[in-house]
Amino acid sequence: MSTLTPSPGVPRHGILYRLTRNKVGVAGFIIVGAIVVMTVVAPLLLSTTVPSDAQNTWSGPSTEHWLGTDNTGKDVLHQMLVGGGTVLFVGLVAAGITTVIAVVLGSLAAYLRGPIDTFLLQVTDIVMTIPQIVLLAVLGAFFQLTSPTVLAVLIGCLSWPILMRSIRAQVLSLKEREFVEAAKLLDLGTPRIVFVEIVPNMAGYILINFIIAVTNAIYALVGMYVLGLAPLAGANWGIMIRKAWTYGAMSLPEGTLYMMAPVAMIALLQLGLIMLTRSLEEVFNPRLAEG
Amino acid sequence: MVATETDDGHVTARRRRSFGGWVRFGLWCLVWGATAVILLPVLDLGWISAVTIATFIASMTCYWGAYITKRVARSVLAIGIVASAVFFMVRLLPGNPVDVAIARLTAEGVPYEQAAAQAAAFYSFDASAPLWQQYLEYMWALLNGDFGTTLTHVPVLEKIGHHLPWTLFSVGIALIISVSIGLFLGMVMAYRRGGAIDHTISAVGSALHAIPNYLMALMIVVVGGVQLKLFTLADIRGTYTAGQTPGLTMEFIQDALYHATLPVLAYVLTTVGTWALIMKASTTQALGEDYVMVARARGLSGGRIGTMYVGRNAVLPLVAQIATQAGFVVGGAIFVEIIFAYNGVGYALYSALNDRDYALIQGLLLVITITVVFANLIADLSYGLLDPRIRTVGDKEDS
Repeated sequence: MSTLTPSPGVPRHGILYRLTRNKVGVAGFIIVGAIVVMTVVAPLLLSTTVPSDAQNTWSGPSTEHWLGTDNTGKDVLHQMLVGGGTVLFVGLVAAGITTVIAVVLGSLAAYLRGPIDTFLLQVTDIVMTIPQIVLLAVLGAFFQLTSPTVLAVLIGCLSWPILMRSIRAQVLSLKEREFVEAAKLLDLGTPRIVFVEIVPNMAGYILINFIIAVTNAIYALVGMYVLGLAPLAGANWGIMIRKAWTYGAMSLPEGTLYMMAPVAMIALLQLGLIMLTRSLEEVFNPRLAEG
Repeated sequence: MVATETDDGHVTARRRRSFGGWVRFGLWCLVWGATAVILLPVLDLGWISAVTIATFIASMTCYWGAYITKRVARSVLAIGIVASAVFFMVRLLPGNPVDVAIARLTAEGVPYEQAAAQAAAFYSFDASAPLWQQYLEYMWALLNGDFGTTLTHVPVLEKIGHHLPWTLFSVGIALIISVSIGLFLGMVMAYRRGGAIDHTISAVGSALHAIPNYLMALMIVVVGGVQLKLFTLADIRGTYTAGQTPGLTMEFIQDALYHATLPVLAYVLTTVGTWALIMKASTTQALGEDYVMVARARGLSGGRIGTMYVGRNAVLPLVAQIATQAGFVVGGAIFVEIIFAYNGVGYALYSALNDRDYALIQGLLLVITITVVFANLIADLSYGLLDPRIRTVGDKEDS
């Protein structure tokens, strides 16, 4: 990394410098940024319902349909461009819920200790033993999950324990610091000490874990779509994979692109998010970068 | 034990302890016998459950201090809570399957009483009884190993017995392969820190880790099966070739391994990177320890240092990770098994979900949870065996 010289105008120790120091992280930023921009802009330029063309089913790549068409003659590229909305939305909302629950419970458990801490630890112990995906699948079958929002809330509520434990560990060490002692002497009250004094110190850690939570939520969500347990109305990458699979796209040479386009998009998004955390780590934990 | 104690003190202490051990063991046998008598003839429980529960209760009362007992108690508590949660989920939440089944049957013209009875038969509880009684009956049935019957009138447990071994087989093989490769790569990376090998494996490993396992499975199908034509999907799908009779013949084992290749490949590819990265981190740490330097100074061979001093200590943190990973892989198996039509629990769960076979879903959810809880338990206990420090800490806490 030392070969990367800072471009002129960027202060050597500014945030921008540290953000761009790690090549992998920068690549991650570009990938995620491109996908987000595409997802936001595409529905504005293209119609969200892709017209079907019964004359032209399973056609290979052509000048008219760059990535070919699916079983009903819908353009694959068009579907791919407008299909990221739900995936990103659910990923962000679910990760947000997970992070909020984990931070609140984790920091309170560590700060208060005593029976609350013991109880919460026991709860995480139990929640962590139930395979999340299996539980999601069962819930999806028992109760019709009709909207992406419900899915997001469900995924968010099931995946907090692991993060809660690491937040707890962080707070346990943070609360021994002098500034917490000072805040206690000033009698600022538990909520203020925990959420105003302690939690902001973990901002970077929380942000990185938030992004990891996004990847986990997307994993669960797309998995639900692939299994056909989430509503198959509309068009997004998960539904595309499901349809490609059920209509046997992989056995047709022309269908390969229909299946691989959303697979590639999700894989890229996941990869980009993980790579992005590298840069964030350098910003929030400069000691790591030096080692 | 206090350091100032003399050797004599040691010996007497040990003697006292072993004497206490015999008394305790006698008490254990007594409690065991009493519980077994109550459970077997009086309460009419199946003998396997009776023996298990008697052992559990006797250990709880007589060996409460031991780490193993506490750990087992926690696992049992987890399973109990999951079982209860499943009960209340199926029975109480709005739009629950029992009400749905009753509503459907009454809509078909079946009188309410009869519909309720049919629904109760499926979920093996009586809808008209008070809730706590239903709950107790349900838990009692579970203790007896009675998980209800599937829609095709096969006992749920028997049905699961056909599927679970395949999942354990494929996930087990995958875990062994990916852990061994990961350990090896991680050690190589740690020894060659900062080199080309390190960077390449890091990049590839984290890339593979980022890709969800079902997408990896799809890519294997599309790239390997359709583009490169390395295998024909129709042949390799499933658990074994139709017409083969399951048994311990060479031919069948070969066939089973052949069919397990793709799921195993999908699991290994998505997890091996994680192992390599974890192993690299812990090896790097172990390499910096003083005892490694001392070993080098003593002139021990590189191989001996690598295996006995660095490797053994570096592996320790991984054991705990294996448990959480095992749970994750078993959960993720549902996707991979469906894509390859591999006849494990994931596949069974999927078809049960599609058929709305709630009794089977209940049973599978419980069995999968129990599997994961056991994996965790075994990992925790073996961690204590591998690392004596954990055991001494546990002893201090208890005494």
